[in-house]
Amino acid sequence: MTVPTRIKTRFTELSARERAIALLDSGTSRELIGPFERLESPHLEPQGVVPACDDGVVVARGELGGERAVVLAVEGLFQGGSIGEVSGSKIAGALELALRDAEGGKPVRPVLLLETGGIRLQEANLGLLAVAEIHAAIVALRSYVPVVCVVAGMVGCFGGMAIAAGLCTCVVMTREGRLGLNGPQVIEQEAGVAELDSDDRRLVWETIGGEQRVATGFADILVEDDVAAIYGALRNAFGAGVPAEHRSEQVGRYEARLAGIDVSEHLDGQALRARWESR
Amino acid sequence: MSRGRTWFEALAGTPGEDEPASVLCADGSVGGEHARFLAVVPNPSARFSRALGGELGLEEGWALARYVREVVADRGGRALVSVVDVPGQPYGYREELLGLHLALAAAVDAYATARLAGHPVVALVVGQAISGAFLAHGMQAERILALEAPGVAVQVMSKRSTARVTRRTVEELDDISREVPATAYDIASFSRLGALHRLIEGVNADEPDAEGVEAVRGALAEAISSARGDGAADLSSRLASPEARKNRGASLRVRERLTEEWDE
Repeated sequence: MTVPTRIKTRFTELSARERAIALLDSGTSRELIGPFERLESPHLEPQGVVPACDDGVVVARGELGGERAVVLAVEGLFQGGSIGEVSGSKIAGALELALRDAEGGKPVRPVLLLETGGIRLQEANLGLLAVAEIHAAIVALRSYVPVVCVVAGMVGCFGGMAIAAGLCTCVVMTREGRLGLNGPQVIEQEAGVAELDSDDRRLVWETIGGEQRVATGFADILVEDDVAAIYGALRNAFGAGVPAEHRSEQVGRYEARLAGIDVSEHLDGQALRARWESR
Repeated sequence: MSRGRTWFEALAGTPGEDEPASVLCADGSVGGEHARFLAVVPNPSARFSRALGGELGLEEGWALARYVREVVADRGGRALVSVVDVPGQPYGYREELLGLHLALAAAVDAYATARLAGHPVVALVVGQAISGAFLAHGMQAERILALEAPGVAVQVMSKRSTARVTRRTVEELDDISREVPATAYDIASFSRLGALHRLIEGVNADEPDAEGVEAVRGALAEAISSARGDGAADLSSRLASPEARKNRGASLRVRERLTEEWDE
């Protein structure tokens, strides 16, 4: 008897479409509003930006661990994974349909693959409205089924979509992934290099990188950059079910944590881990 | 005095003295309804020094969540009124390390949870409504009202920062915003996207007189009663508006296609 060997496939080398397919059970995936429908952003061309035929978000239905699922994959290579009217509505609309199904007793496992700098500045308030609708849908949906997100690639997850990650039941990250509200370059630009040197990679990852985020409880599962590992993490996350209290509901815990921070002291990633890990 | 504080005090009276001082909270009434009023205001002695100017930071996000959840926990069905005048979120190293995204998510979560639990959640934009701060304090409301007045602005980033990030001048940004209303800052442009329940005209935003305050109270009472009368606890009314049909066509088209293709 031969044992099939699983070949390691680096998740972050795949396109958003390939990632979505790879995380659904073999042979079950089906894309909605596929690229041939050419539902692209109407707002980019007038501003001199070439649009993409899927606006940088792939919606794929299928099964995950034998259960109905939908994967919403952001393509970080298109406009920094930014959320515009079409890409944002794809995510919000799919989550709203998953909610409709969950309310009807037919839960769908929702997975968000977030490689995004946040709202697309060229579409501005249209992106803002879409992101608020994404937030609303996640909060409503996660009382029926876990909402799980993956932050794996070099783009990271920032802005309004970092807030979305904060609302998720489970956040899966690689070491390369970063999760934060404001990106390092924006902080350096707005607050100066003394506040944060965005070229200091070690400092950046020790602040908002995957390992740090998992160690300090802002994310849940640290994975290798490997398709099988991420698939396994998703199965575990859905298997764990809906928790009694989501992270973003834990007001007392986090207010106490913040109250314990001495703002006159320098605080770095290591010090925060020492303080919060031991609890 | 910030516009947020001006309107908070005009509508709700003197706030309590709870910490943090940047988040004002008071219980009052509007149109015979009990309501909790909330605002974020500048606090020059804030503990986290990047959030002195009314930015919605770590302590503000979690405090809003606490105040909103108190209303949900006492099951009285009270309304929530968010007075919105927020210049954005703080840009800081410490903020990111300590999870600013989660602090904002906590406020989003609390407001959405209150709305889903049947509390009328109304936002009143009296000044700036920028970016993550507006997402956390205002955007989960079932009904958004705004004053039609100079300085009332909704955007995803301050004009100064957008100019730096996109390497354009403020003048160039103004030119673009005439072509693409979604990138404009003024409230009239935002209202064309259909997410406002009502634009309140003819009120002085900086120094409101008694008549102006009454007009706003009336609009709040109507919004609360409209939210109560509406069976939906979601944000669907934004997309159902005539303005959205005209100017959020792609948002509607995407949802139509998804619905058609959802089941095989």
